[in-house]
Amino acid sequence: MKSQTPSRLERVLAAGHMAVTSECGPPRGSDPEVVERKAEMIKDHVDAVNITDNQTSVCRMCSLAACIRLKTMGLEPVLQMVTRDRNRIALQSDILGAASFDIYNILCLSGDHQSFGDSAKGQNVHDIDSMQLIQTVRRMRDEGKFLGGDDIQRPPRMFVGAAANPFADPFEIRVPRLAKKAAAGVEFIQTQCIYNLDKFEEWMKGVRDRGLHETVYILAGMTPMKSAGMARYMKKRVPGMDVPDEVVDRLAKTPKEKQAEEGINICVEAMQRLQEVEGVAGFHVMAIEWEEKVPEIVERAGLYPRPALD
Amino acid sequence: MIVADKKPIKEIIEEVKDHRNILVLGCNECVTVCEAGGKKEAGVLASALRMYFLNEGHNARVDEVTLERQCDHEYLEEIRDAIDGYDAVISIACGVGVQFTAEKYHDKPVLPGVNTCFMGATEKRGLWTERCQGCGQCILARTGGICPVARCAKRLFNGPCGGSTEGRCEINTEVDCAWQLIIDRLKAMDRLDDYETIQPIKDWSTDRAGGPRKVVREDVQS
Repeated sequence: MKSQTPSRLERVLAAGHMAVTSECGPPRGSDPEVVERKAEMIKDHVDAVNITDNQTSVCRMCSLAACIRLKTMGLEPVLQMVTRDRNRIALQSDILGAASFDIYNILCLSGDHQSFGDSAKGQNVHDIDSMQLIQTVRRMRDEGKFLGGDDIQRPPRMFVGAAANPFADPFEIRVPRLAKKAAAGVEFIQTQCIYNLDKFEEWMKGVRDRGLHETVYILAGMTPMKSAGMARYMKKRVPGMDVPDEVVDRLAKTPKEKQAEEGINICVEAMQRLQEVEGVAGFHVMAIEWEEKVPEIVERAGLYPRPALD
Repeated sequence: MIVADKKPIKEIIEEVKDHRNILVLGCNECVTVCEAGGKKEAGVLASALRMYFLNEGHNARVDEVTLERQCDHEYLEEIRDAIDGYDAVISIACGVGVQFTAEKYHDKPVLPGVNTCFMGATEKRGLWTERCQGCGQCILARTGGICPVARCAKRLFNGPCGGSTEGRCEINTEVDCAWQLIIDRLKAMDRLDDYETIQPIKDWSTDRAGGPRKVVREDVQS
């Protein structure tokens, strides 16, 4: 696949390297140092950094502002954008705002339902869905057109991503759903956190059977568990999450003070195994409020140093 | 039908406590079927209000009338001669009935006695569920006869989202995932290939987004 944009992430992937991305959740306040501090911890170990967009519907500093901050630090941000909170005017407007700062990556999402967050009594928008947001960005970039049909002066140049959850139901449409996103124009995928490696590999086989790995870069989502309690919580409480009993048991059998370390071990082992899976183009390491562990995970998984590009 | 639910009696009392001649106005249509605003409920509400005023030591008159419909001029005309005898009306029709009554009797306070909820169906007695949001441009032919606008919490046209678990929605395990239902139905009709057709961006101008709507049918106007 040839690079379509100046995105560093895209160029790493197009050069055939295993890519590594991570994410930073913006603060629940306006302190710019929070984003800067998290970014500093991981910047040498990743190719790009996602900034989440009011994840779990809890109100935070906006993704766009935090992305601009990363950009000015010389990092490569991935602008996460959910369709929950903005209509097509605001989405296109924010895309242009990001493009004006030469933000070259976007992740198109529908977003968690607002009932999970701190604004359960609020409206949601969902003027368009994530599939249609992919189409929107591609149209803006490739045709230089707004959805309304008018020309865009200096169109955005963005590498277009989306999420995929191989573990949500119904499983039988999880590959067709990726095919649909590919047809909509998605160029990279960051998956839901993977704990059930067998099921993920089964999904990847379906992906390869349809040749989708040849049109879309798939980054496997990784979140290290901090404790057996976190594993149980994710298994029981997080919709669409598949945490096998053996993962919970392995952590539960580990003494409490060693559980975090064991969680990292599980994560690193998974990354080592999945690097061998045809079609896995890289990893998206989501160390939630545990960004300081990203360098260790990336190094132990054999993915450091990150490739230098011209 | 339009599904409504009863308002708490305390809320209704708060609105009418200063009135002494009150008409409780039921409706014989949807709200009768969903047991929120028909003749029976008009009687129950009127009795409760009489009891309240009696306990408070007030001499108040509370009458009850149930019309065939409150969303048609001809039926609302039936109370024209009586309306002057009341200083407030509690309409237990849907929000349409409350407003149409208020428009017709311009100087009379018309207060809502129910909460109008949605357009839905009777699953069984005492359980009504939403089916339609009246978006003005029906797409059911393309979604296996199941509406993602009304039944998906994110109204996704290309679902399901990553939160669909064992056929249930991420917001609540008691809510069906609309997209699971759509996929099941497409499969039953041997049309699962249709799933991969990307549904285009919707024109919401026929929805609430386009402002107050009207349907004009000159062919049936007399």
